[in-house]
Amino acid sequence: MTISSLIDTPSELTDAASSKTAIVLMTRVRLARNLAGNSFPGWAKPAQREEVLAICRDAVAASAPMKRSLSINIDELTDLEKQILVERHLISRELSGAKAGAGVVISRDQAFSVMINEEDHLRIQVLRSGFQLKKTWTAVNELDTALEDRLDYAFSPTLGYLTACPTNLGTGMRASAMMHLPALVIASQMEKVVRAVNQLGMVVRGLFGEGSDASGSIFQISNQTTLGESEEGIIKRLGSVLNSIIEHELNARQKLLEADANKIFDKIGRAFGILQNGHLLSSGEAMNLLSLIRLGVDLGVFPDANRCVIDRLLIEAQPGHLQHAQRGEFEPGQRDLLRAMRLRGEFANFTKPNFTLSSDGPN
Amino acid sequence: MANPLKCDLCTKPATVHLTQIVNNKVHKVDLCEECAQAKGVTDPSGFSLADLLLKASLNPEPAATGMRCEQCGFTQNDFKKQGRFGCPACYDTFSAIIEPMLDTMHKGTAHTGKVPQKALARKSLSDRLTKLETDLTEAIKSERYEDAARTRDEINQVKHTFGQKPPR
Repeated sequence: MTISSLIDTPSELTDAASSKTAIVLMTRVRLARNLAGNSFPGWAKPAQREEVLAICRDAVAASAPMKRSLSINIDELTDLEKQILVERHLISRELSGAKAGAGVVISRDQAFSVMINEEDHLRIQVLRSGFQLKKTWTAVNELDTALEDRLDYAFSPTLGYLTACPTNLGTGMRASAMMHLPALVIASQMEKVVRAVNQLGMVVRGLFGEGSDASGSIFQISNQTTLGESEEGIIKRLGSVLNSIIEHELNARQKLLEADANKIFDKIGRAFGILQNGHLLSSGEAMNLLSLIRLGVDLGVFPDANRCVIDRLLIEAQPGHLQHAQRGEFEPGQRDLLRAMRLRGEFANFTKPNFTLSSDGPN
Repeated sequence: MANPLKCDLCTKPATVHLTQIVNNKVHKVDLCEECAQAKGVTDPSGFSLADLLLKASLNPEPAATGMRCEQCGFTQNDFKKQGRFGCPACYDTFSAIIEPMLDTMHKGTAHTGKVPQKALARKSLSDRLTKLETDLTEAIKSERYEDAARTRDEINQVKHTFGQKPPR
């Protein structure tokens, strides 16, 4: 598979059929693995990096889920292609800025991706839309076991899988869910949630991981610790934290509706108006507006079937995807113009909001 | 954890959360997008948390930090700068430094999760083969032919266990 055909194929995230869940947009589990007897990528000499890259690319590409996959070195990708892969969560920002001797293997359905010579020799990741922690863990576990046939992992009976950074020792696993939490944001409760989640040994980050902002009220919640607990234990604990966040978000929505439904409907209605008529939209503003429309779908203002349209647009409104769709590279100012044009087109025929369904709407 | 949402340098909400290990201690810093940009935090290669937070303060390096990994040449000083290790063997070399840190960093200090059974079995077989082959050479050298014959049989057996997949 080539990079251009991969980019033109709908990804797991934009797959309309599976976009059913209201609050958890996507589940992801990644495993950090290294080859015994080799320096970690950050310390390895260029020749060593190339050698590890070749061994890993061969082993990964030969595994069952990677049949007819895309297997490519990072320096073969253009900046725009890298940006698109980052926006689809298939490679990290760190890998997209990597020097020579780094690569990635991505499955046809874009659910599996293995980064080579990122911080560790291997970052094995499985990504599923919706809330599917166990399924995702099972899939990544199987791929990892298959790779074990061909690769000798660095492993210590007491410390587990040995990783470049000691914060990943043990299972080397980071399980995460991308959550849409608009009501907690509107009600200014996110700070409290973040603190509580931290105390439970979990971390809250923005959409693109460390250092990214939380525009669109989308957050990533993942386990912080990796040693001293089994993978299943971590998954179970994360699952219960996620469930309680879902509950809090639903409560917050209920309270907002009870306190003053018009306030919420006003936000949704205005968002709809701007998306239909705006002429300049930054990526951050577009995310926030789409987030409100998504909340509208959840509240019954728009039909349920429209949620997958929003989820697709949340990705397609990102700078990389936008420029790819327009076949060119554009300055941020031009991008805002193009983005607004694109969204006007999408929303011209979008179902009109129906506020009467909800008890005390303005109509 | 104090207040993870405020930037440590100004009062804006923090969106960048960094963990780095400096002087055997885990340091955490929360920054807003602008401060992070200004401090170059978004460029992982050029950034040290030590420079940012500990600049003039605290302990100047004691001279006795001479540990060095024999496998990859990574030094204790490198670890202090980068917060990452050079190779898997570094965990043995620097065990005295890393072990006390694990307690605060993780839920426990011993691995209880998945074990790469296949890779470990392969390694123990290949270790055994290496040892048997040395035994065989020695037995032949010292003309203990009965021992040599027995060792050779064992070698064949181990090779058989490997099946079609010889050790790499």
